[in-house]
Amino acid sequence: MARKISMRQAINEALDQEMARDPSVFVMGEDIVGGAGGMGEIDAWGGVLGVTKGLNAKYPGRLLDTPLSESAYIGAAVGAAACGMRPVAELMFLDFMGVCFDQIFNQAAKFRYMFGGKAETPVVIRAMVGAGFRAAAQHSQMLTPLFVHIPGLKVVCPSNAYDAKGLLIQSIRDNDPVIFCEHKNLYGEETDVPAESYAIPFGEANVVRDGKHATIVTYGMMVHRAMEAAATLAKQGVECEVIDLRTLSPIDWDTVIDSAERTGHVVCVDEAHPRCSIAADVSAMITQECFKALKGPIQMVTAPHTPVPFSPVLEDLYIPSADAIAKAVKKSMAH
Amino acid sequence: MSDQRIVPIVMPKWGLSMKEGKVTGWLLENGSPINPGDAILEVETDKIAGAVEAHESGVLRRRVGEPDTIYPVKSLLGVIADPSVPEEEIDAFVSSFVTPSADDDEAEQGPKFEFAETASGKLRYAKRGSGGETVILIHGFGGDLDNWLFNIDALGEAATVYALDLPGHGQSAKALDKPGLGALTVAVTNFMKTVGIDSAHLVGHSMGGAIAMHMAASDPDKVDSLTLICSAGLGPEIGTYVDSYVAAQGRKDLKSVLEQLFADKSLVSRQLVDDVLKYKRLDGVEPLLKDLAASLFAGQTQQDQPGARLASGNAPPALVIWGKQDEVIPSAHAQKLPGAKVVVFDDAGHMVFMEKASDVNALIKAHIAGS
Repeated sequence: MARKISMRQAINEALDQEMARDPSVFVMGEDIVGGAGGMGEIDAWGGVLGVTKGLNAKYPGRLLDTPLSESAYIGAAVGAAACGMRPVAELMFLDFMGVCFDQIFNQAAKFRYMFGGKAETPVVIRAMVGAGFRAAAQHSQMLTPLFVHIPGLKVVCPSNAYDAKGLLIQSIRDNDPVIFCEHKNLYGEETDVPAESYAIPFGEANVVRDGKHATIVTYGMMVHRAMEAAATLAKQGVECEVIDLRTLSPIDWDTVIDSAERTGHVVCVDEAHPRCSIAADVSAMITQECFKALKGPIQMVTAPHTPVPFSPVLEDLYIPSADAIAKAVKKSMAH
Repeated sequence: MSDQRIVPIVMPKWGLSMKEGKVTGWLLENGSPINPGDAILEVETDKIAGAVEAHESGVLRRRVGEPDTIYPVKSLLGVIADPSVPEEEIDAFVSSFVTPSADDDEAEQGPKFEFAETASGKLRYAKRGSGGETVILIHGFGGDLDNWLFNIDALGEAATVYALDLPGHGQSAKALDKPGLGALTVAVTNFMKTVGIDSAHLVGHSMGGAIAMHMAASDPDKVDSLTLICSAGLGPEIGTYVDSYVAAQGRKDLKSVLEQLFADKSLVSRQLVDDVLKYKRLDGVEPLLKDLAASLFAGQTQQDQPGARLASGNAPPALVIWGKQDEVIPSAHAQKLPGAKVVVFDDAGHMVFMEKASDVNALIKAHIAGS
């Protein structure tokens, strides 16, 4: 049955149900149990934001608290996946992936290709992304474009609890390495989520609002900002179609191109920096595929090309706002 | 408020999950005479659109609900009153109207739905009303008890009404041994045993009609009467619906499949498509639907026609209802059950009980009362 739960609970439920279904699924990461040996408290924390809380008691021995060495445990997870397990490794903040580039980019992403299709690497790397959490420049980046650039990786970034559960279950069942990006400001967002398990296929965007005048293409927390902008514009008689990409690699070009062809005005919204971003990628593809359908220049609304500021005032300015998105729609439609 | 001459028109509650609805337009002008059953205004929910109908006669004195505006369930949308009631009294009625909270509603009517642990697994059901006769509503292939959103409350005024989710459907268990008409019928029998129903008036839609007939043929004491709505089990022909429903993977595919269900294609809302897609993606649903389709409708042919087994003798009184524009099962099948009362609606499709809800409700009530 469906009930309203938060994205945090939805992710916990996905891990729980997949661990119950498949004994080869296990979870590893920093403080996901509660900090072994820390005052003798087991299962106290469930990760820094409580996502894995309760799982250790239910699946003893299948949640591994690791040393604070991403290089070591992400490598171990990749190795375990290559040997037939289905590890879910929690990288805590995606910003930390710098020390495990080789394990992800050169190993996990390459095994299937370099072993002639004979090797599979069903590893999921979960990590927090995004700004707005007052966590400063090293814990707030939206680094999705870096992973999308690498063939062999799948990249997922849900915008709500329903999608988070179904996409995480799909990620765990998928036979390729998946980078699962969780926006830290969405953990508390609640939606109707079925208690049963279910999988959402990769490469299927979700049209979260229908509209005929303009298309807003985005993902993650920006879906909520885009919906805010669309609601404001609707009052002024402008109907926006809002596309939540859900998975960035693979990406659902059909839905994006189809909508762009119908509306002729496109705004690409991305919380990442502008250069080589998802927004830039989507803009380029639309221009290539349906240039003649465009009635105005494609607009990009992104974070600026600067580190995420620690000053709350500046951080709020850094994140693309609903107002900026609405202005971009109007700018395209002015043509 | 207690003035009997003034009757409020309120936002209806269509279905278990409806909390609010949007007024899309008025069908009558201020001052229009109104008779019971007249469609007064149109309302759209996130699931479906429909007309609000009058239960009383009088004159439409005041249109309160504004088009394109969303109102909570039970909000005042208009006022019906006798022409003799002065305008000031109507003003006073409108300004003093208090919308009852939706929570009161649940307290009055009991829980929206419950679960029964049956020998065929855990089955979800809804119960309405407390009348002497018992009615069971059985949905079709890929449906669930929410399909009866326009019917369950109206029928509950006249009888004790149950609607269940069949195994593999809605929120019932997604597993069934030897999936097929036999197992589904046993599941309904097990449901009756668990909730304590000896016999009931069975109202079946599509595959649910085949289940009802199968039970009437094999276990006649359990069936007081039959209402068969665009029913399976009356002939071999069936359209592409079942196969394409099972095959549809994305929203776009599914939308065109669901459009086969209605004469008015605009009734297939984004929410309806989303809900069905979410249901189809639950673990276990797709394999079970495939097995059911293979058992019941292999090769685009109805494999079992329990209607033929009913023709001989002691069949219960039967009412057959069809939408002439049914694209799933041909409406010609309406004529295949000898002795049944047959009503075919010209401008309705496979979901005739949604598209012609108040007419269908009246037919079922009369059928139950007469049998």
